[in-house]
Order: sequence, then structure tokens, then C-alpha cells
Amino acid sequence: MRYAIQRLAQAVPVFFATTFLIYAMVFALPGDPIVALAGDKPLPDEVLHTLRERYHLNDPLIVQYGLYMLNAVQGDLGQTFTGQPVSELLQGRWAVTAQLAVTAWIFELVVGIGLGVIAGLRRGGIADTAVLAGTTFVIAVPVFVVGYTAQILLGLNLSLFPTAGVDEGWPVSYLLPGMVLGSFGLAYVARLTRTSLIENIRADYVRTARAKGLRRRRVIGRHALRNSLIPVVTFLGVDFGNLMAGAVVTEGIFNLPGIGQQVFQSIQLQEGPVVVGIVTMLVMVFIVVNLLVDLLYGVLDPRIRRA
Amino acid sequence: MTVLTRTRGLAVLVATVLVVSACGGSETPAAQGGQQGAKEFSVALTEPDHLTPGNTSSSYSITVLQALFDLPVVIDAKGQPQMRAAESVTSEDQKVWTIKIKPGQKFHNGEPVTAESFADAWNAAAYGPNAWTNNYYFENVEGYDALNPEAPEGSEEAPKPTVDKLSGLKVVDPNTLQVTLTAPFSQFPITLAYTGFAPMPKAAFADLAAYDVKPIGNGPFALDGEWVRNRQIKVKRFEGYTGPRPAKSDSINFKIYESRDTAYVDLRAGKVDLIQTIPPASVSEAKTLLGDRFVATPSGTMDYLGFPVYDKRFASADLRKAISMAIDRQAIVDAVFNGTFKPMSSLVAPLVPGYREGACGEACVYDVAKAKALFEAAGGFSGTMNLYFSNADPSYEQWMTAVANQLKDNLGIADIQFRKVPAADYLSTLRAHKQDGPYRNNWVMDYPSPQNYLQSMWGEGNRMGWESKKFNDLISQANSAAGMEASIPLYQQAEDVALREMPMAPLWNWQDQGGYSDRITGVQIDAYSPNLDLITVK
Repeated sequence: MRYAIQRLAQAVPVFFATTFLIYAMVFALPGDPIVALAGDKPLPDEVLHTLRERYHLNDPLIVQYGLYMLNAVQGDLGQTFTGQPVSELLQGRWAVTAQLAVTAWIFELVVGIGLGVIAGLRRGGIADTAVLAGTTFVIAVPVFVVGYTAQILLGLNLSLFPTAGVDEGWPVSYLLPGMVLGSFGLAYVARLTRTSLIENIRADYVRTARAKGLRRRRVIGRHALRNSLIPVVTFLGVDFGNLMAGAVVTEGIFNLPGIGQQVFQSIQLQEGPVVVGIVTMLVMVFIVVNLLVDLLYGVLDPRIRRA
Repeated sequence: MTVLTRTRGLAVLVATVLVVSACGGSETPAAQGGQQGAKEFSVALTEPDHLTPGNTSSSYSITVLQALFDLPVVIDAKGQPQMRAAESVTSEDQKVWTIKIKPGQKFHNGEPVTAESFADAWNAAAYGPNAWTNNYYFENVEGYDALNPEAPEGSEEAPKPTVDKLSGLKVVDPNTLQVTLTAPFSQFPITLAYTGFAPMPKAAFADLAAYDVKPIGNGPFALDGEWVRNRQIKVKRFEGYTGPRPAKSDSINFKIYESRDTAYVDLRAGKVDLIQTIPPASVSEAKTLLGDRFVATPSGTMDYLGFPVYDKRFASADLRKAISMAIDRQAIVDAVFNGTFKPMSSLVAPLVPGYREGACGEACVYDVAKAKALFEAAGGFSGTMNLYFSNADPSYEQWMTAVANQLKDNLGIADIQFRKVPAADYLSTLRAHKQDGPYRNNWVMDYPSPQNYLQSMWGEGNRMGWESKKFNDLISQANSAAGMEASIPLYQQAEDVALREMPMAPLWNWQDQGGYSDRITGVQIDAYSPNLDLITVK
């Protein structure tokens, strides 16, 4: 319990440091966001001036950040340059990204561990070679190539999945993008599981268990696999945060109106408040997930809990 | 139980997950909406910025607003103004205009459309503190300055205007609006086809923020439910519509896409019925795939190469002409734009009344020998030549690179550097005259009049720093000419002056490429409107 509180207290300075850094970075981007609003058309000086005032763009960085935080702690995240409240904007988008990340994560977890176990138990066999080759391929190919190929092949040509959008809801609309997004992490999960399983199978305690006459299934499942999962869980934990943040490309390809698309747009439009709002939430997700991972260690290996 | 069965079990589990997910997906094409009785079709759209007509100039918003609003005037496919919400737009002296409104029109909430509906909307757009994008469209209406007071010397802050109504707008009776301009302007009727001149009902002014996401118009379609941000905007046929273009379908679903590539994939998958911009890389494929359902529309958008005339190295008109003659426009159009854009030898787009093919003469014809001779005679160019463009689109860099190579090969300019400016900074750079070399300049047409191009781009305070009394005089003569017909020869003379001095060279005219599904018929996209009211669902 004390451990958990300590971890949470650490989050406060992390929160302020990150948000300020992000705010400063968006602030430092070259160009005038208000001029950019009108595209190739001129905006009259009066309009420019009024808009700059409205969004405090004439104030120094620290004042802008201060005003933002003052409103933020009261629950007001400000407005976008088109006048939409940021909190309203984020509400709908979080749900989309969360559903996408969960789909990808389940895919990584189930298929990744599955493939890793198959490969690990049949070390050097055909299955093992196939998993190694497949995961190498997935890691090597950029995500947008995987994405567009999957969309054209499985979505358009074979009509197995919707090509884009969220019209069909969860899980149908999220399966294909989830698999694309999860494929990269899946490769790592499979390889981690495999390596760590191979190591543990040769360990003394497994030999002892086997010598006691336990059935092989129990030896593998209860003893070898459970220990092997510690590095995998660490990876899966960190990766959940990555999935949330890494959804930019996938959401773009599959036209999912989530956080990733919004971050991309908002950085281009230099909408500091939106970017900070999203990144703050991402930081929270990272902190919470890492906390959960640390707690899970204890469940998997009691020695860690006592240490 | 052996390990073998254990792993087999896992494999089966994996396979089941895959199969289940695949099954879930395979049901979807059948489950698509649009076919169950209601005649609805979908249009691919990029998220609009605003839906208040006075506050947006983005083409995405305008696509939606054209379905929701009837403007005073529309432009037909030939570029000629036709009356729509207005009955007539007339003037004796081109300065005081009388607009008669057609009686009996209704807004979607039942309010009648009157002269006041227009006056209210225009006043709101012209009122500085509202900071609406189309504010500058009302610049030439009397009283504009009072609504947009300038900041006093040495101060950043502009005082709040004391009035909120244009003195040049007078509601004579419910169907008559009188507009007094600051100077005669023969093109006034055609400007009224721009979205910024739409009427707004009284109900809008109670809560302008709410109106922006749920606009009430006077057009053939009314908003259906909420604008679901980043997903869709639905509109349905407005039963109280009395105008000349009743909707042929029951409803339209504007589906919002982040990427054109995805929209195009969805068109192929039959999930969206109409897309107005097919990504350039897919154009040749789309032509074969869609056949008759591929639509190419010449647009009013032009690209130019501007010269910093205020920089003494570019002060010679002959040097500027030599550069123009050293550029092989056709080769660049073929290489970068798949041959779809049209090389230009005129300052206005071909669809503008008054356009003359080849107006530029030999100064826009690719001729290496003449270009080189002219270049040498003008004293040549020494030092570094900087080429300016923004990073808004990768094609800018592609064609600028081609231009640089041609200037190197054809004129022997050895030292050429690229100045790629962030998009958000580009216009400020041009406005402040910070560019010291040729730069990309672009004009998106607001209404098809030579004036829209010439005065906006070559008129006073232009980006090139070019000054010509003769040009300005011709423009004001044309603006006060007795009507649009009489004005055209004068605009053409002004165009000739600008071409002779070549402060900015025309490059090419854009073309839009769209396509539609086999579910719909009656698609008639032109440069002014996608004409969604004409579309029928099979």
C-alpha cells in the first residue's frame, strides 16, 4: 500500500514537468497558427488581432501555461481554434483509441504468448522457424505498409473486415486496425515468451518438478510459463501506453477518429491546449499501467513482493 | 495429456480468434445502411472548421453549406451569374445596388427569408470583434471601417467599434435590400455567389456558438441531428423548400475522412458514394476502375511563380520573362501532376469569362534559345538564387526541384537553394516581403471574374512589391464600367500590363478529380458546386 502511494506521489512532479515541456514545445513551433487558419487566403488584421487576444497568443509562454493550468484544474481545458471545447473534443476520441488499444493489446497477448509457447516448446522445429521468420518480417516492415496492405487485401479484396471507419462499432470495426497496430508488439511478445520459456525449461526447478513426477502440462503451465511471463508482462505493460500513443498511423489509415489523429492535427495547427490535454492523459495512462505491472510482478513471483 | 495436445489446443484457440474475427467482418457489407427504403447517399468530406457561412472559407465547409443555403446568386457552369434567392441585383451607377429578394422563401425553422435576414448576416460577418473569416468580403461596403477600427499609433489594441451595423446596408422593405459601396464595382452581382453572403435567421443570433454547429439555412437540405465531430454530418430534404432546386434524394450523409487515400478505398469498397478529390497517385487507376464514374473538373485555382520585384536583382522585367520562358510547364505538369493540370499562358483560369488563351504570348512559351538570349541581354544573374515554397504539400517541392533544374540547365544559374518555409509561416513571410527569390504563389478563385485574380494578386499592396499606376487605373476603370460585359476589355488591358512586366509568371491551372459509386446518378460537379441536390439514388 505504501509502495502504491509512493508511486502515485511521484506522479505529481512528472505531471507538471511533462505538461510544461509539451506546452513549451508546441509554443516553440515555427509559424503563426492564426494566419495558418485561413489557408492561402489573407485574414484582415482586425480578425488576426482579435483571435490572438482570444487565445492569449500575445502573452509570454509562462503566462499562457499558467492561465491554461488555472483553468484546467477547474475542469476547463479551453477551446480549439475553431471554438470547440477541448474536453468535449477529447471525450469521444478517448473511447475510440481505448477500444483500438484494447483490441490490439488482447491480440498481442493471446496470439503473441501462444506463438511464443509453440515456438519455445518446439525449439528448432518448423513452427519455431516460422515464428522467427514471421516476427522478423513484421518488425522490419513499417506499420503503414502493413496497414495499407491489410486494408486493401483483407478489407477491400476479400471483404473480411470493414475497410475504414467505426460505423460497425466494437469489435468489428476495430479488429483489422487492432491487428495491424498490435502486430509489432506481438512480434516482441512472441520472441520474449519463446526465449524466456526455453531458458526456464532447462532450469533446475523445472527438472526437479519433472523428477517429482508432475505431468508435463502442469510443469510447463504452472512452473515454467509462469516464471517466463515476467519479462512479457513488463513489455505488455509498457506497450499498452505505446499503443495509445502509437495509434497515429493506424487511426489515419483506418479513419478512426481517435486521439492519435487528434494529436497529429493539433500539432499541425499548433493548438497547445489540445496537445497538452491529450499528452497529460497519456502520461497518466503510462503511470497507472506501470504501477499495475509492478503490482503484478508480486503475483507472478512472490520473491519480488517480499524484496 | 502430452505437450502436443496442449499446444494444439492453443493453436486451435488462436485459429478460433482469427475465424471469429473474420466472421464478424464478413457480415458488414450486407449490414450497410442506405439501402433500406430511404434514398440516402454519402459524400466523403474532410472535417469542416465552421458551419456559419460568414465564418468559413474552407472548401469542406462550403460543400455542406451549399446544400443548406440558397445564396442570392449562383454561377452556372458557363461562369455566368444566375439569380437564386435574389430576384434581381441592379444598379444605375455600380455603386448603389438594389437587391430584390424572392418572396415566399423559408428558413428550416419556418422563419421567412427577408432583406433583413441578409442584412443581419452580413453585419455580423463585417463586425470586427466577431473575428469571422469572411470579414474582408465586406471591405467595400460603406461603413466597414467603423466596424473595424484600426489600432491607434503605437498600440497593439484596436478600440471596440461603437456601431455594429454597416451604414451601407439599408432594408428598404421586406423584399428589398439596398447596398451602398465605397466605390463603383461592376462585379458586385457575381460576388454574391460566395458563401459569405448567405442569409441567417433571427434565431441564429440568440446563440451564435450553437448556430455554428447546427446552422439553420434556407436551402433544399436541412441539418439532420447533430454534427458528430470527425465522423459525420447528416442532412435531410427540407419539405418547406420553395426554391428552384428541390432535393432529389431524401438525405445526404457527409462522412468525414482524415485521409483522401482512405476515402478512395472506401469508394472502391462501396462504403461511400461520392468523393471530390481522388489522391493524385490513384488517379490513373481510378480512371480505369470507375470509367464513366470518374469526374474531372477544371477548377479556378492557379499556381504562379512570383518575383521579389523590390529586390534589385529581380528588377528587370526581361530577366523575369527569361525565367518564365526557361520553364517547361508541360513537362512539369506531366511529371508531377500526371498530366492533369493545364499549363497556363494567362493570369486568369480558363473558366473565367474574359479568359484569353495565350494572352501571355511568347513570354510563357518554353524556348531555351530565346530565354537564354533575353537572360544574357538583361545582365544575367549572379550569386545564390533562393526558391521559396511552403511545406504544406510534397508536390510543391517536386515541381520546385524541376524548375530549379530547368533554370540550371537552360539559363546556367549554378547556385540555386531551396527555402522550404513551414506552412503556418509562409503567408506572413510573403506579406512581410522577406523572400529574396522566386516563390510559389497560389490563388483559389472566390468568384469567376478577372477582377478576383488581378486586383487581389497584382493590385495595391501585392506580394511582389510591384507598382503600376497604369494597371491600377485600368482596374478601377473596369470596376466602374457599366456592367460586367463592359468591364472585361478593361480587365484584359490590365492583364496585358501585368504580363508585359511579369512581376509574377503564370504556371498552371488545377483540375479536381472525383468519382462516384454505381448507386447514384445525376452527378454534375462543376467548379462552383457539387450540385448535390441533383443526385438521385438508384
